[in-house]
Amino acid sequence: MQQNKPSRAARWKRLWRLICGCRRYFFYTILATLLAALFAYLSPLVISFTVDSIVGDKAMSLPGWLQGWIDGMGGRDFLAANLWIPGLAVLLAQGLNGVCAYCRGRFSAMGGEGLSKALRDALYRRLVRAPYAWHKASSTGDLVQRCTSDVETVRRFMQMQMMEVVRTIVMALVALSIMWPIHRELTLIACSLLPLLLVFSFFYSKGVEKQFLTVDESEGAMTTALQENLTGMRVVRTFARQNEELEKFTKLNQDFRAKALKLNNLMGVYWGSSDIMGYMQIALVLLAGIYLAVRGDISLGTVMLFSTYSSMLTFPMRQLGRILADLVKADVSLKRLDEILTAPQEDEPGKGLTPAIQGGVEFKDVSFAYPDGGEILHHVDFAIAPGETIGILGSTGSGKSTLVHLLQRLYAPTEGQVCIDGVDVADIRRDYLRRHVGIVLQEPFLFSRTIGENIALGDPSATQEERFDAARTACVHDVIESFSEGYDTMVGERGVTLSGGQKQRVAIARMLVQKTPICIFDDSLSAVDAETDAAIREALLQRDTGTTILISHRISTLRGADHILVLENGRIIQRGTHRELAAQEGLYRRICTIQNELDAAQEGGVAV
Amino acid sequence: MMKEEIRHADNEKIDLRVWKRLVAYGLKYKARVIRTILVLLLVSGADLAYPLLTRYAINHFIVGGTTEGLGLFGLINILVVIAQGIGVVLFVRGAGRLEMDMSYDIRQNAFSHLQQLSFSYYDTTSVGWLMARMGSDVSRLSEMIAWSIVDVMWALTFAVGVIVVLLVMNWKLGLLVLAITPVLAVLCLYFQRRILHQQRIVRKANSRITGAFNEGVMGAVTNKTLAREDAAQGEFEAITGEMKTAAIRAAVLSAIFMPLVVNLGAIATALALWRGGVEVFAGLMDLGTLAAFISYTTQLFDPIQSLARILAEMQAAQASAERVIDLLDTPSDVQDSPEVIARYGDLFHGKKENWPDIQGRVEFKDVTFRYKTGEEVLRDFNLTVEPGQNVALVGETGAGKTTIVNLVCRFYEPSEGEVCIDGTDYRQRSQLWLQSSLGYVLQSPHLFSGTVADNLRFAKPDATDEEIRRAAQMVHAEDFILNLPNGYDTQVGEGGGKLSTGQKQLLSLARVLLADPRIFVLDEATSSIDTETEALIQDAIQTVLAGRTSFVVAHRLSTIRSADRILVIHNGRIRESGTHEELMAQQGEYYSLYTHQYRREATQAALE
Repeated sequence: MQQNKPSRAARWKRLWRLICGCRRYFFYTILATLLAALFAYLSPLVISFTVDSIVGDKAMSLPGWLQGWIDGMGGRDFLAANLWIPGLAVLLAQGLNGVCAYCRGRFSAMGGEGLSKALRDALYRRLVRAPYAWHKASSTGDLVQRCTSDVETVRRFMQMQMMEVVRTIVMALVALSIMWPIHRELTLIACSLLPLLLVFSFFYSKGVEKQFLTVDESEGAMTTALQENLTGMRVVRTFARQNEELEKFTKLNQDFRAKALKLNNLMGVYWGSSDIMGYMQIALVLLAGIYLAVRGDISLGTVMLFSTYSSMLTFPMRQLGRILADLVKADVSLKRLDEILTAPQEDEPGKGLTPAIQGGVEFKDVSFAYPDGGEILHHVDFAIAPGETIGILGSTGSGKSTLVHLLQRLYAPTEGQVCIDGVDVADIRRDYLRRHVGIVLQEPFLFSRTIGENIALGDPSATQEERFDAARTACVHDVIESFSEGYDTMVGERGVTLSGGQKQRVAIARMLVQKTPICIFDDSLSAVDAETDAAIREALLQRDTGTTILISHRISTLRGADHILVLENGRIIQRGTHRELAAQEGLYRRICTIQNELDAAQEGGVAV
Repeated sequence: MMKEEIRHADNEKIDLRVWKRLVAYGLKYKARVIRTILVLLLVSGADLAYPLLTRYAINHFIVGGTTEGLGLFGLINILVVIAQGIGVVLFVRGAGRLEMDMSYDIRQNAFSHLQQLSFSYYDTTSVGWLMARMGSDVSRLSEMIAWSIVDVMWALTFAVGVIVVLLVMNWKLGLLVLAITPVLAVLCLYFQRRILHQQRIVRKANSRITGAFNEGVMGAVTNKTLAREDAAQGEFEAITGEMKTAAIRAAVLSAIFMPLVVNLGAIATALALWRGGVEVFAGLMDLGTLAAFISYTTQLFDPIQSLARILAEMQAAQASAERVIDLLDTPSDVQDSPEVIARYGDLFHGKKENWPDIQGRVEFKDVTFRYKTGEEVLRDFNLTVEPGQNVALVGETGAGKTTIVNLVCRFYEPSEGEVCIDGTDYRQRSQLWLQSSLGYVLQSPHLFSGTVADNLRFAKPDATDEEIRRAAQMVHAEDFILNLPNGYDTQVGEGGGKLSTGQKQLLSLARVLLADPRIFVLDEATSSIDTETEALIQDAIQTVLAGRTSFVVAHRLSTIRSADRILVIHNGRIRESGTHEELMAQQGEYYSLYTHQYRREATQAALE
């Protein structure tokens, strides 16, 4: 438990481990940054040298080897006659700086995008393997939001903000180490306003953050009103409220405009005042430089050098303040991601057996309760022989869905055992089990790909004929063929919208291609009309689907089953064949009466 | 792949007609545009002044060897800095104001246009699509256009200014430097197009990832039951892999682009330094001028980059510009003629004094209705409903029931024939006239965020608290309302999300009672709720139906049975018509529909 405590260090460490594949690119980025800074500072040096010692007449003071090289060629006079040489040197420095800048961009993208991929893949891996109960308790929108925008925040932090911080610090250090030996006082002057600029940017950015939130809220209110207006357009029209709606929207639109404008103006003040500080710093260097130059302390080239350097230093400082104000956001995002990254996973505590499965199912005194207490199943006990069909009737909330979920190990029973061919399902390897127990869920989910691909998800190796066959059994082949693109028709937003019954039938086909020895239909014909229901059952009989569990409200669906269980409040209250149950007093017979009476009495005016 | 890229390139053609329309929104504020440009010129003037100041400093102070006038020089320098800072503040304010006003105006126009569009538009346009146009597209376009208008003017002026200064200072050297600019312009345009194109690919990949996460969460159980977690993970990693490649490619393009521009600039600087240095030697140019010259060369590239960027952005935003203009230009399929508007008022303001009272007699005379696609839904449909008569419409999905109801509401207009209210074709009256006498309760009841009372008052803004309570009591809604934390003042949440479906239905019925319309349309929900609420709703429906001409797309037996007249709609025609007893006696389609529904409801009731 202690390891699960959300500590800041732990989650950053987890992220660090996660990105081990792309960590090196961050180091390369830093290296390239350092080199780029060095080269960036080189051309002002060359210019300064040119002005002082070639055009001007100051004695050259170059590192030994360079001095020797230039002297060998003819010294100042040679350079003065061939001014293209310093020009070329500037160009070379810029070129190398460019190459380094390119490397920095490339490496930081490789690092950042590598991080994104690693993080997203890890999140997805965690999501698909989180237990059913975990998914039921979380909200889709929130999870997706985290996996997208929070990942983006963390990436920006690592790839841009961190690297920008490093860059600014490196640039400042390099500049200072060049300036300091040349003239200490002027160096101090060149840095005098920088801390102020940094602190100002930091606090201003923090302050403006509030206005950002206000603007977001205001935009949210406007968006909500718009969305409600559009989705409720019929209501608006029939109450003839267009004018009031327009007035309401106008107010929100005005409010948003006013707040966004306020933010904009705050930003304007920020840019303006930090510009003043920055340029003031540059002017200060120039004035002090002039003063010192006139006094003869420094040369003209040095004045130019310091002017250039101080403008190169000033504006990144402003950026740095803003970034520092933003840093907390990344930690908040990572915390939200960490909750997914540490989500529980379906574990495999059992023996991981892969027995041959004939299809015998046995529930041995099974009870199930959610961790929060609500008991769903009480001492359920029954057995199905291989190849038999069992029908289950029960109201909503009677526990029939939970019952079949146990068979797929979506949940584990709190008491008792669920066995297949005598082996506890907890001992069967989970994926192996699920490949041998097919289930069609009550509200089946189809993926947004083609219908053919959706069916093939059951068994990717199934041939086209097998898929068509499964679709025919599910009585959906003709429907699919009637679409203009047949099996290649996309499902969902980018394609056709299938009706509830069509979805159920595609899901049945998907299960059928799995060819499992055990098939479960969890009320999966509810949206299909009675005739199609009958046709599908007929086709299923032809197909021999092995052990079959049918959950339904339709007596006509259930009556053919070898055994029928009637479930109420998590208990089996009746069991037997249709004939037996129809003869007994009880829920089954009541339903039978309701549904059968209509078959028999062919006259109208039935009272409810 | 290639084909797709070519198609993209075609889409990126700048269509000036569209942009002219949008830019007009900005040019409406001519005075502000001009003021902002003037401010920007002031800022640029300051930018231009710095090199001149430096030049003066070098020539006068350093080369001249005097500090005389340094104080004044410093003062001027500081004044320029302050002027520039203020200029920046004013500029950001001006351009921001322009942006906010543009987006405000576009949104206002679009919103009021949306209030007038017919339902054929809403049938084919998703709310999400509209939200994207009204939200991000409008924001993005306004931002781009507002700042671009100012930027373009600035870039042109500034570029011309720099060129003139360069040529005046030294025309030969000036021409040399200018030779670089066309190369730079072409390069910028090329790269920025490529970058924006690549960014679009990244955005697409990103939305696929969002989609994949969404499916991963929504389809988590399905993936489990099919034991395809690993396969899903593999597919997901393929998508994140694509994203990584695309994003790195985009970053690399930017990483090449920026250094390339800087290096081209460096070539210009080098040329200036070299040739300028030669001239300084020859005594043709002073040192300060050379320094200023070099500064100007670097500044020349900003405006050129700006212009190229704006062009590239326009290309990238072409599609969203078209979509926004399309939205604003879509004509409504249902429009009141100018004569009708003159007499009865428009969709926002009715001239109620001219409105005839509605009795509630509704006639369909040889009405044919087909969608724009040509699909025919109704053919030569005839129907007369007397004032106060209740009509139940039954039939299969797609039979045309909803179309009939939409025609009654004048959400659609007949393609042929006419719909008469009290004997007059409703196209001779205004939409607002009919719709303010109309009540409509939808399958999925729509509430607006706000309190319970706000929602009820939606139907009648001037309703007293007493009236509201009475309406709520009549539909049995008061019990649950008083149980809410703040009674009538309880917030219902977005879309009424904090209430149950049954509660929302009761409220929407109470709303109709308050509006007290002559004609009432009910699209009954198919999904069933608990029996107790169901009984309340049944009762409430009967209360609302009493004394009004009503059309009910009915699913519930009690609603159907109590109707004065039942119409069985089949393929856009009336197949059976009569009272419940008459139709049951016929033992036709109604008989089988009824018995089927009876079975469902009775089974449902028995299982609870």
